[in-house]
Amino acid sequence: MGRDAKSLLRKFHEAKWDEQIIFEMSVPGERGILVRQAESKVRKEVGNELAVIPAALRRKDSPKLPEINQMRVLRHFMHLSQETLGTDVTIDISEGTCTMKYSPKVQEHLAARHPGIKDIHPLQPPETIQGLLEIIYKLEQFLKEISGMDRFSFQPSGGAQAVYTAASIMRAYHASRNDTERTETITTMFSHPCDAAGPATAGYKVITIMPDEEGYADLEAFKAALSKHTAGIFITNPEDTGIYNPRIDEFVKAAHEVGALCYYDQANANGMLGIARAREAGFDMCHFNLHKTFSIPHGSMGGAVGALGCTAGLAKFLPIPQVKFDGKRYRLDYDCPQSIGKVRSFMGNTQSLLKAYSWIMQHGAEGLRETAVCSVLNNNYMLKKLSEIPGVVVPYAHGKRRLEQVRYSWEKLKQDTGVGTDDVLRRMADFGLQHYWTSHHPWVVPEPFTLEPCESYSKDDIDEYVAVLRQISKEAYDNPEFVKHAPYNSVVHKVINSSINEPERIAVTWRQYLKKRGLQKPMSSLRK
Amino acid sequence: MRSERRLTMARTERSSARESHSVFPYIPNSVPEVKAEMLREVGAHDEMELYVEIPKRLRFKRKLHLPAPILDESSLRKHVEYLLERNQNCKDYLNFLGAGCAEHFVPAVCDEINGRGEFLTAYVGESYADHGKWQAFFEYCSLMGELLDMDVLSCPLYDGAQAAASSIRMASRINDRKEVLMPHTMNPEISSAVRNYIKPDITVKEVTYDKTTGLLDLEDLESKISNKTAAVLIENPSYLGVLESQAVEIGKIARGKNAEFIVYVDPICLGVLAPPAQYGATITCGDFHPLGMHMYAGGGQGGFIATDDEMKYISQFKDLMFGITDTVERGEYGFGEVLFDRTSYGSREKGNEFTGTSTGIWAITVAVYLSLMGPKGMAETGRTIMQMSQYAAKQLSKVRGVKLKLRSPFFKEFVINFDKTGKTVARINNALLKHKIIGGKDLSKEFPELGQSALYCVTETKTMDDIQNLVNAFKEVM
Repeated sequence: MGRDAKSLLRKFHEAKWDEQIIFEMSVPGERGILVRQAESKVRKEVGNELAVIPAALRRKDSPKLPEINQMRVLRHFMHLSQETLGTDVTIDISEGTCTMKYSPKVQEHLAARHPGIKDIHPLQPPETIQGLLEIIYKLEQFLKEISGMDRFSFQPSGGAQAVYTAASIMRAYHASRNDTERTETITTMFSHPCDAAGPATAGYKVITIMPDEEGYADLEAFKAALSKHTAGIFITNPEDTGIYNPRIDEFVKAAHEVGALCYYDQANANGMLGIARAREAGFDMCHFNLHKTFSIPHGSMGGAVGALGCTAGLAKFLPIPQVKFDGKRYRLDYDCPQSIGKVRSFMGNTQSLLKAYSWIMQHGAEGLRETAVCSVLNNNYMLKKLSEIPGVVVPYAHGKRRLEQVRYSWEKLKQDTGVGTDDVLRRMADFGLQHYWTSHHPWVVPEPFTLEPCESYSKDDIDEYVAVLRQISKEAYDNPEFVKHAPYNSVVHKVINSSINEPERIAVTWRQYLKKRGLQKPMSSLRK
Repeated sequence: MRSERRLTMARTERSSARESHSVFPYIPNSVPEVKAEMLREVGAHDEMELYVEIPKRLRFKRKLHLPAPILDESSLRKHVEYLLERNQNCKDYLNFLGAGCAEHFVPAVCDEINGRGEFLTAYVGESYADHGKWQAFFEYCSLMGELLDMDVLSCPLYDGAQAAASSIRMASRINDRKEVLMPHTMNPEISSAVRNYIKPDITVKEVTYDKTTGLLDLEDLESKISNKTAAVLIENPSYLGVLESQAVEIGKIARGKNAEFIVYVDPICLGVLAPPAQYGATITCGDFHPLGMHMYAGGGQGGFIATDDEMKYISQFKDLMFGITDTVERGEYGFGEVLFDRTSYGSREKGNEFTGTSTGIWAITVAVYLSLMGPKGMAETGRTIMQMSQYAAKQLSKVRGVKLKLRSPFFKEFVINFDKTGKTVARINNALLKHKIIGGKDLSKEFPELGQSALYCVTETKTMDDIQNLVNAFKEVM
């Protein structure tokens, strides 16, 4: 057997174990693991250790956890892992805006296994974690250079948390100037939803600027929205369309003129490393997603790091503690009276910082630039190939180069065949590719799909990916019903009504499922 | 120790040797011939033509000032190991720090599963290709639901601090009230994050505590609770380790004012201690770090929130929820998104707070841990922790000048006071380091009213010999 060299398509079938839910495997009496017992002398001296527990706080019923032998637990989760298409096993060009790059194994092994990180308590005295603090400090210096910002905090443990932290800093900044009128923030529709939701959580009213006919954020509408009430702007560039806004500095200048602060969501920075920086565009703050641009694995939705950078004037508001270096020793500085405090306990996802540090150390300035260039080259190559596929539309910015990703549309395919983007994305799995990312909501681009062939993917990888989309397009024109009922070679078949909004259908736990299906009486509870 | 200087020199030689022809193993199209072919294909004469959309004024004009790269994997490994070996780790040292992150036993199967590339490198894929990930999340919620005796959990949060903060925001949205009552003894890491997160509209009122028992002052609670109170939040066990024996009454007082009763719980205790739902909690939250993660200098944290099966709660969760459902194939389990429009992914600024990438790989690890442990493993772990910590407290308080500060039962952590030794905790901890012991958390700044006190943490990982070593060191240091 071999792949068809001409069509590049695989005869794929994902692992399908028809796996039970873990509770269905329980055999009363089985043990998955034995745990350490205290020494007999200890037990003797302590006596009944449970006697001290007040009656109301004593657990009377055992938790209804399953009882399963170790090998079966291992096998179960191995099966579930095989029923998951991580980037390690597929050409993950699919998840546009997410920069699914290769996470080098050497850094993973060091971070996961070395006792110098694995077995460190976060509150250890600084003199016992000089190596770790050096890594954090140096990573900060790297990101300062890459962005042009003056200081960084690694406490935010996701991009959205970085945005939220920035909104908190804006609030503290304006309060420090007794400027109480600033109640609004502005973002653009093609910026990530967190650029709206983060500031809203911090108490701001959010104004969203829609794109103009060519997909650019509308500068005139933006200027009209600015006022003495504007606390700050939160903007992605390139936006999720992959279109670079060449007037970005005019947005920043206009915002600064009304006294607002400017935040650059650099989740989409992969194509700009060493090419363009937040500093030159005039921004006051920015963040990088270390799980995107700097190779930390995405971990089935985290742990992540939203590395938050700011200019010198805002540094006093950053979360505590901050890592300082006196030329000889590294220390943790908690003495920051104007700090917003903590956003994440301890120092954040420190093992992830080690991975990002290692990745930058393996690339240097040239490697970072090569990363950017190859990601943009890959994207423009793919754009050309995909434009030739029947049914694909490339909205906006005609004749312009895109940076690291493109938001495409199957609008024409839908009109011609009735097959929409949700149908095509399900069919992807039948060829061993991850379902692509459509778009954040609302869908401004009809029938959207967003692809990002970052630097990790070879020309061959891209050609294979394009071949699959070409095949699905062909199938849609030949036999639309076939595509609409996909997938066929994935783990499970098409879900009936995958949006679950009715109370009687909501079952996010096994006990809720049993209850709602009438399979078992609800667990007795002592409350109320 | 390896010589870092030697490594640096070697690195410089290597990079200059390769300068003319850099092909990066993680960047396949850095092969010059391939790159040239692709540039031709897209009609660009050179690389910078790809960037025509970035005006010259916005371009970065020089080369980044970064260290010369360590291009080969072997040298990179040496370099990082050199840095990590400068840390004193808790395998070589005997550690008694807790305060929100503690050494617990990690079964090998947990590391095996969270190291699987399929899980480790997956992200937001749909439930077909990523069915296994969705099922693992469903099982995480289901297993935690049994441990907590509650029906509903969402995908995980960043950490316990975020879980506490979001629980308060949920409560405030449910009853449209803007005050929260929290104990003065709250973990300062959590308290700090909460105070920032609930700005600008919700305010904290602190409830005092009894300095001899560590328990909440109920009179103070009753004087501060009102019809403005969105929620009463307690930690149980508390930050200072004690079991809040008045939890039932506190819950009654809270619910008597129609406020939510939020309990922040250390889930490792739930084999022996009642889940908060059974003593009246309407929202349970916490950090699941003890359930299968190494410490990773604080990188192993992850938050959870749990409630009953009522729409007034379900509709207020901020993070994604995966529900089990049917596929077109009879008898096959499938998964779907539950109330997606609740989230900021669905509704941007109109969603509940904000959601995003959090701690998925740890949630999967928790599922593995609880599956291995089962009811007996959780009960036995809880018992071992209680035995070892009670034993340790007893032995330590026999040392002259050292005493247990709070007269209350505790779980895992307890406050040791050194006032009578005439020494500060800082000085004692410095001296302990010379014995390769990392002493308990110094409380003298956070809780000056407790004098020179430290929070000691003793888990199931500690042996009788470990305690004896600590006692011996105490005797020498005092």
